[in-house]
Amino acid sequence: MAASAIRKFSLTLFTSKVPFSSKVIASFQCQKRAFSFSKCLADRLYTDKHEWIVIENGKGTIGISNYAQEQLGEIVYVETPAVGTTLNPQDVSGCLESVKAASEVYSPVGGTVTEVNSKLASEPALVNSSPLLEGWLYKLDVAPGTNTKELMNEEAYKAFLETIVH
Amino acid sequence: MMVGIIGKYRQFCFHHLYKTIKSNWFSSKAEELKRTCLYDFHVAEGAKMVPFAGWEMPVQYKSGIIKEHLHVRKEVGIFDVSHMLQTRVDGKDRKKFMESLVVLDVEDLKPNQGSLTVFTNEKGGIIDDLIVSNTSEGYLYVVSNAGCADKDMAHMKAKEAEFQKNGSDVKLTTIKTALLAVQGPSMKKVLQPGLDFDLNSLHFMTTISAKVFGAEGCRVTRCGYTGEDGVEISIPSNCAVDVLSSLMSSPKAPVQLIGLGARDSLRLEAGLCLYGNDIDETTTPVEANLTWLVSKGRRAKADFPGGEIILQQIKSKPTKRRVGFTSTGIPVRGHAKIYSQDGKELIGEVTSGCPSPSLNINVSMGYVKTAYAKNATKVKIEVRQKMIDADVTKLPFVPSNYFIPS
Repeated sequence: MAASAIRKFSLTLFTSKVPFSSKVIASFQCQKRAFSFSKCLADRLYTDKHEWIVIENGKGTIGISNYAQEQLGEIVYVETPAVGTTLNPQDVSGCLESVKAASEVYSPVGGTVTEVNSKLASEPALVNSSPLLEGWLYKLDVAPGTNTKELMNEEAYKAFLETIVH
Repeated sequence: MMVGIIGKYRQFCFHHLYKTIKSNWFSSKAEELKRTCLYDFHVAEGAKMVPFAGWEMPVQYKSGIIKEHLHVRKEVGIFDVSHMLQTRVDGKDRKKFMESLVVLDVEDLKPNQGSLTVFTNEKGGIIDDLIVSNTSEGYLYVVSNAGCADKDMAHMKAKEAEFQKNGSDVKLTTIKTALLAVQGPSMKKVLQPGLDFDLNSLHFMTTISAKVFGAEGCRVTRCGYTGEDGVEISIPSNCAVDVLSSLMSSPKAPVQLIGLGARDSLRLEAGLCLYGNDIDETTTPVEANLTWLVSKGRRAKADFPGGEIILQQIKSKPTKRRVGFTSTGIPVRGHAKIYSQDGKELIGEVTSGCPSPSLNINVSMGYVKTAYAKNATKVKIEVRQKMIDADVTKLPFVPSNYFIPS
């Protein structure tokens, strides 16, 4: 079940923008790696601004979607929030910079930042090469009483992308 | 709903690329956007098309802005710049006509010689930057910005009417051909096999009417906006795809198509101004550090629009001046405020900036009070409430590579 969900997921992400050959490669890669992150995928929630969050035991990990990194192009600088920062939902929590533009990141939920991805300081392009795994941006202790009802699961995000791509 | 990352990106892109030109330069609906005759070619090459100055243009191709940028510096890249305004000026009074609009000594141009110049207004502000070439076929060949096309045409038309009313002989015609910029050190290798003349005889800022890969009626001008050796080729629209295909399939060097994204970062590294960002109707050539454009002969005659103000500024220094900055860390971009090193005095504003793909530092340019315009002056630039250390740096950031035989 997990594997088929992933296949579907990867196809959605690569619809329309990427030529057929890389579509196939990407989906094969995803299948190969399916076991290692199937659990994460099942729990990943998205915002309409293309950030994702995975919440486990009250701790949230935040990143941007594959669609977002494709749209932004090569990331050359990542600004993450300082550890200890308290964020409200929708607060600007960071910034991703390509040669062309600076794009703000909005926190999907509120909470206190506990860790940032220090690898991104020297390897900002991890956000492009691995937006859902190694390119995560920051972690936070999710604020008590946080409601994730506004966020989209894979299926809903996929449908959402279809409404904005053409 | 379309805000956040993507919305921001588009918005930013919009401001950054489309500059501050009035909204009537743009079509509000996608279907009103114009397409160049190479549109299908771009799409087939995997271009991401965006609205730009009323046109649907490639902002980047599959390989992305950084690779495209570096490819132009190392090999050769081709830009579709067919959206730019090409104008032909005929008539025996054509030079006098052009001199009434720009700061260039047009009468002084040798046959087939061209120059960068600016249209100025009565206050000395810059209406647009443009290239004027004195073709040996007896007309002036003028290329100006797509974003200013309507404004430039209206400006020239009004002057044409004035001249004609006074019995002068001048006639404007819009040239509706494709325009390709072929830029980079390998340009010669890929283009020479398709030419009926020797590129060694075509020096920087000269032009020639030529046959290009079998296409008659082309014009090749040794110029560009990347800082690299290169040419712009005006090609009859029905031959554009063939000429482009011939260049792309050259066995002599790898050729890539390059989008507007890399065009912007390349020109920035080369220290060249983007109209609407770095120069506009409120900045004079002197403030813009383009005093060299004001020809000696014209200074003596003081007969160009805004002459009095411009000449006064040349004599007694302007209050602000365009300079370059280098910095590290958070990229500096247009509209960032510039402060003195102690952070106390607001001294200017950045007009454009980006992370430099060639240098791996951040490069930007902007206007500062003249007292701070000296190279190596240390300043602070404010980005998202942080003060970034920056140095005033000589332009261009990347040495230019024009074909100027000594």
